[in-house]
Amino acid sequence: MSDHLDAMRNFVHAMNQGSPHAIALKMETVSLDADGAILRVPYDEKLIGDPDTGVIAGGVVTALLDHACGQAVHTGLTEFKTIATLDLRIDYMRPAEPGKDIFAKAHCYKVTRSVAFVRAVAYDDDPADPVAAAQAAFMLDSSGGRGFGANLKDRKPK
Amino acid sequence: MSDPAESVDAMLARIPYARFLGLRIELAGDEMTAILPFGQHLIGNPTLPAIHGGVLGAFMEMTALAQLLVKEGQARQPRVIDVSIEYLRSGRPLTTYARAEIKKVGRRIANVHVEAWQDQRAAPIAALRGHFLVTPTERA
Repeated sequence: MSDHLDAMRNFVHAMNQGSPHAIALKMETVSLDADGAILRVPYDEKLIGDPDTGVIAGGVVTALLDHACGQAVHTGLTEFKTIATLDLRIDYMRPAEPGKDIFAKAHCYKVTRSVAFVRAVAYDDDPADPVAAAQAAFMLDSSGGRGFGANLKDRKPK
Repeated sequence: MSDPAESVDAMLARIPYARFLGLRIELAGDEMTAILPFGQHLIGNPTLPAIHGGVLGAFMEMTALAQLLVKEGQARQPRVIDVSIEYLRSGRPLTTYARAEIKKVGRRIANVHVEAWQDQRAAPIAALRGHFLVTPTERA
């Protein structure tokens, strides 16, 4: 299990560094253990969603939560599997405070043969005073025995 | 707020995050389409490659906000209360489109459904349902 976690730490690090959108948001994984994943996006003026207040766009929180939930799935597995987000539900409780980094803490609380279930919160200072909360479901072995990314090949029109 | 096209353009131009994504809005009469041209910075998984799921969620959120502005007029930007995003197909490195349907607007809350697609309108890649806190212009 800890070998798996070590491997996954390397994997999520490579995932962050190899993902152009994660790079564009300067997203990084702060910690990854059996409890789940904590990720951070630093405050950046180019990510402001409300120019009147300087509050970061909800979309940034959405992307951070999606990314964090995906990484948390790997902490709930005992071996690497390809995953795909099925759905993501987000409640926005309050605006993030302008100027502060945003964190997301995600925990995979149930894994079945085909699906992993994850909960997460986004916060600036205190996870107990969240900016947003998320609930997500992921499909496991999303490539379904076909080649990785087979679902992205050109679809023949019916 | 008299010309919806002007006000939605003005709103987007003021939002740094909309410029960061590269989001555009087109109006055909009162029908609004949001357009997200593909950009390298939108990729989440480079091996596939696929657009980041969070980008699709963010794009559909912005589509709902813009639709509320176009159709209802808003004294200030609506606040997102909650969204539920369904991922149907991976987002390929292509232009993504989205349209929003306002299902109900009350005095404070609006319920909006959004669907996003790429090359085939009948094969949506993602959908969003959300509640938004609104401030209609006449009450401002």
